[in-house]
Amino acid sequence: MAIEGTDLVRAAAFLGAGLAMGLGAIGPGVGEGMAAAKACEAIGKNPKEAGLLTRTMLVGQAVSESTGIYSLVIALLLLFVV
Amino acid sequence: MEYDINFWLKIAAVSSGGICMGLGAMGAAIGEGYTAAMANEAISRNPNNSGEIFKSMLVGQAIAESASIFALVVAMILLFTNFEATSFVMVWALLGAGLAMGFGAIGSGVGSGFPAGAACLGMSRQPAMGNKLTTNMLIGSAVCQTPSIFSLVIAFILLFTNFDLRPLWPNWAAVFGAGLAAGLSAIGSGIGGGIVAKENCEGISRSPESAGTATNIMLLGQAITQTPAILGLLVAFILIFRVYPETELISPAFALLGSGLCIGIGAIGPGIGEGIASSGGVKWISRNLKHTGDITRLMLVGMAVAESTAIYALVIALVLIFVV
Repeated sequence: MAIEGTDLVRAAAFLGAGLAMGLGAIGPGVGEGMAAAKACEAIGKNPKEAGLLTRTMLVGQAVSESTGIYSLVIALLLLFVV
Repeated sequence: MEYDINFWLKIAAVSSGGICMGLGAMGAAIGEGYTAAMANEAISRNPNNSGEIFKSMLVGQAIAESASIFALVVAMILLFTNFEATSFVMVWALLGAGLAMGFGAIGSGVGSGFPAGAACLGMSRQPAMGNKLTTNMLIGSAVCQTPSIFSLVIAFILLFTNFDLRPLWPNWAAVFGAGLAAGLSAIGSGIGGGIVAKENCEGISRSPESAGTATNIMLLGQAITQTPAILGLLVAFILIFRVYPETELISPAFALLGSGLCIGIGAIGPGIGEGIASSGGVKWISRNLKHTGDITRLMLVGMAVAESTAIYALVIALVLIFVV
């Protein structure tokens, strides 16, 4: 089997895309879960503020999600651009 | 010196068997240790109930043990079967089977230990709720075992499918990637399911009147927590049963390997995170039963957001298989 340079680069990019999205999904997954768990606790203690708490949880999770989106962007770049 | 394919099959089988049992022993041991620690704490708080606590510790540990027994079975099959094949794809299938079961046993082993420990502590607090706690511990632990059963299924398919007609490139990466996808994706869901069941057992011992509602919400939360493992199982099935044409290039093989790693590793975080989110919901429903609706809604929204990263990983895995 002859190995060509462009083929090798594509192979590395595909493996890298898988690893980028895979590893990048660990942190946001755990972090967003923690945010949701604390929000449930907060509503349990203070149900009147449910709306405010839900909004805060979602904003916090969105920020936590951003690193997952960075991974997604890099994975897509590795797949289709590089 | 020339080595034939049977030599490499034997090398793959024995090394894969060793890796399978080594990885598979980790989770169950941690889970059982946690259960024993909680049982000791429970008996020191309430020595009068030590008989029942001891019994439920042993039952809980036995369930946590089952994940590593699956790994033992797969390791035994790998060690004592004479595998015969004409394609080197089978060598990679054997390696994939060992890794699938080895990684797959970690999460369920750790996860099953949590509800057992919480049930022991609960019995020291509320001896009257012993039966209810045992039931919920059993339900919670059983659901925790499902990810390791998914891995067992994939390991058996890899061991007993005939891959002789598949060309080596890129199919070696498909079968190896399938093993990694099923094995790694089971870690998060196993641990996450355990965290949910733990809070359920604790909640029942604190407020017995919430048992029914909290158990329903626990099952809902555990079911959603299993979804990352199911996504991993789906990708593993696609990788095994889709036939890939022979190629002279190496990049298609690495795309398939990357796909397995992507959904496998990517499912760990959402699995654990959804477990944490759902444990918060279950915990506070048992303390504030009046606001079950509000808390359940928020729990589901939070879990959906945590699931999104697993969906990203699924998208990238499917693009790697079908598009590039």
